[in-house]
Amino acid sequence: MLLYALRRLIYLVPVAFGVSLLVFGLVHLAPGDPISAIVPPDAPKEVIDKLKEYYGFDKPLPVQYLRWLGVTLTGDFGTSIGTGRPVASEVASAFGNTIILAIAATTLAFTLAVILGTAAAYAKSRIVDRLVTLISLVGVSVPHFWLAIVLVIIFAVELGALPPMGMGPENSTGWRFDRAHLAHMVLPTIALSVIPLGVVTRTVRSTIKETLSMEFVTALQAKGMNDSQILRHVLKNAAPTCLAVMGLQAGNLIGGSILIETVFAWPGTGFLLNSAIFRRDLPILQGTTLVLAGFFMLLNLTVDVIQTMVDPRIKRG
Amino acid sequence: MSDLLQVRDLHVTFKTPDRTVHAVNGVSFDLKRGETLGILGESGSGKSVTLRSILRLHPEHRTRWSGSIRMEGDEVLDMGSRALGDLRGRRVAMIFQEPATAFDPVFTVGHQIAETIRRHTGKSESDAWKRAKELLELVRIPSPAQRLKAYPFEMSGGMRQRAMIALALSCNPSLLLADEPTTALDATVQIQVLLLIRELQREFDLGVIFVTHDIGVAVEVSDRIGVMYAGKIVELAPVEKMVDAPQHPYSRGLLASTVHDGMRGQRLEAIPGAPPDLAEVPTGCSFAPRCKFVRPDCTTAPPNLRATGDSHLVRCVLAETAVAA
Repeated sequence: MLLYALRRLIYLVPVAFGVSLLVFGLVHLAPGDPISAIVPPDAPKEVIDKLKEYYGFDKPLPVQYLRWLGVTLTGDFGTSIGTGRPVASEVASAFGNTIILAIAATTLAFTLAVILGTAAAYAKSRIVDRLVTLISLVGVSVPHFWLAIVLVIIFAVELGALPPMGMGPENSTGWRFDRAHLAHMVLPTIALSVIPLGVVTRTVRSTIKETLSMEFVTALQAKGMNDSQILRHVLKNAAPTCLAVMGLQAGNLIGGSILIETVFAWPGTGFLLNSAIFRRDLPILQGTTLVLAGFFMLLNLTVDVIQTMVDPRIKRG
Repeated sequence: MSDLLQVRDLHVTFKTPDRTVHAVNGVSFDLKRGETLGILGESGSGKSVTLRSILRLHPEHRTRWSGSIRMEGDEVLDMGSRALGDLRGRRVAMIFQEPATAFDPVFTVGHQIAETIRRHTGKSESDAWKRAKELLELVRIPSPAQRLKAYPFEMSGGMRQRAMIALALSCNPSLLLADEPTTALDATVQIQVLLLIRELQREFDLGVIFVTHDIGVAVEVSDRIGVMYAGKIVELAPVEKMVDAPQHPYSRGLLASTVHDGMRGQRLEAIPGAPPDLAEVPTGCSFAPRCKFVRPDCTTAPPNLRATGDSHLVRCVLAETAVAA
């Protein structure tokens, strides 16, 4: 098992290389010039050239890529063109903020999804099943930024019960586990959890339903096992499929939702990417995308390893 | 010898919103300890449904049972879920057609045998595993200690079925239900498994109900054979009588449709037509539409089961004349 995990980790190296190439390439394919975004339109040509030289944009692209790759590998992501602060610290703090929200939203969504999906799969009455199917359908179809705005209108504007935006009180310097910060999390967490809730509920329901129709469930009954003992078997069989979908959904949340973070002014990666795109802040764009891609790869690896632990028939690569 | 199992006028219907299926329509038989009853029939004849009803394995909310199933005097159809749980796997055990799907794929074989033992005996984990190892030895699986740690997919079909038998015998049941346990196996492995079942049956004085569509297998293992058609037993007789002098036209057709030595060049006989749709209960004999000897009175009322000799029962109006012929 450890060997398998190690081997999978080594396979990530060429993938990571490909990702870095893609990240760099895509950013430079996009139209717009980072320098013209920060200088006034009437700036003299020599100033622009000086800035280009300072940031290294005067070099040919392959050279730029190798230089960027070289410093990135040392953990230095360069300096933000927009703020002049190091990219690494900007990305790190945004990533941390997004993770907090993502953990809260996945916990909420996955817990509810497993309960609802299992209940629907077991339900003998069609009403329960239909109701859960409806909930998951609404989850995947409702535009979550719209839901976010509606939540803000109801709970922040009309009722005044919860703060509408930001991560904490105004004088707050970073996230802490306290009442004020938690209150700020409630609305974004709910808005962020609807899509994974819908998707995962649907997967859990259909996977468990399929598992329940398998012969071994009858065989377990024939051995005299009671319902909760059988549920243990069923859940372990359904786990690999559900985990795969959960992994993808969690990955999406880690990427940060540009829309949700913008609605709630939550200083996460989505928020950061959004402003970096408008400012043509290439170092930030590259740094954030690379970190996110790396995290996504690690997340997939983790899911794969857990899957192999749960179901011995899965041994890939 | 007293009866181990008594089934009386068993009816099983499945209800779905769109249709009702009358799968079993009045089945009665007895089984003694140490006796093997073979139930023979084609797919859809209700043989598996009858077998599974003894453990009430059909989904409760869609199934209607009536009649009586008495296991050592206890009425199975009246049991609550706790009593049923104690019956299943403890007094009555079952082996399945496909051992590949009857084992949970993500737990080891040892775990699945041990959990059954622990469910019914309250033994400790390590004692249960010890017993599981003995059981694998009993069914002659080589290197049992290693095999306990294997997952079902790591075993061959024959070995899986042996492990399934070991699991079934883990709590010393008095009745073993076998649902086509050799159908999915290779011919050579089939014979080994059949011999194993017969040997264990004698050793533990088990009652066995063996459901199959394979006449050769039924003749090999059974003391008595019941032939089922459209949810009814149409003929029930000791195996020699069934082979030598089958009386029901359907049984005769079934036995004539087997291929054996000395038939080279002969025309194979097949029963024309297909089994009836079980959505409706027919007014007359359900075999009448396919029967060569059909008479007007066959279609007016369902024929009763009548005794035509010592423990030989036939459900046909022609039964006596059939003896003469």
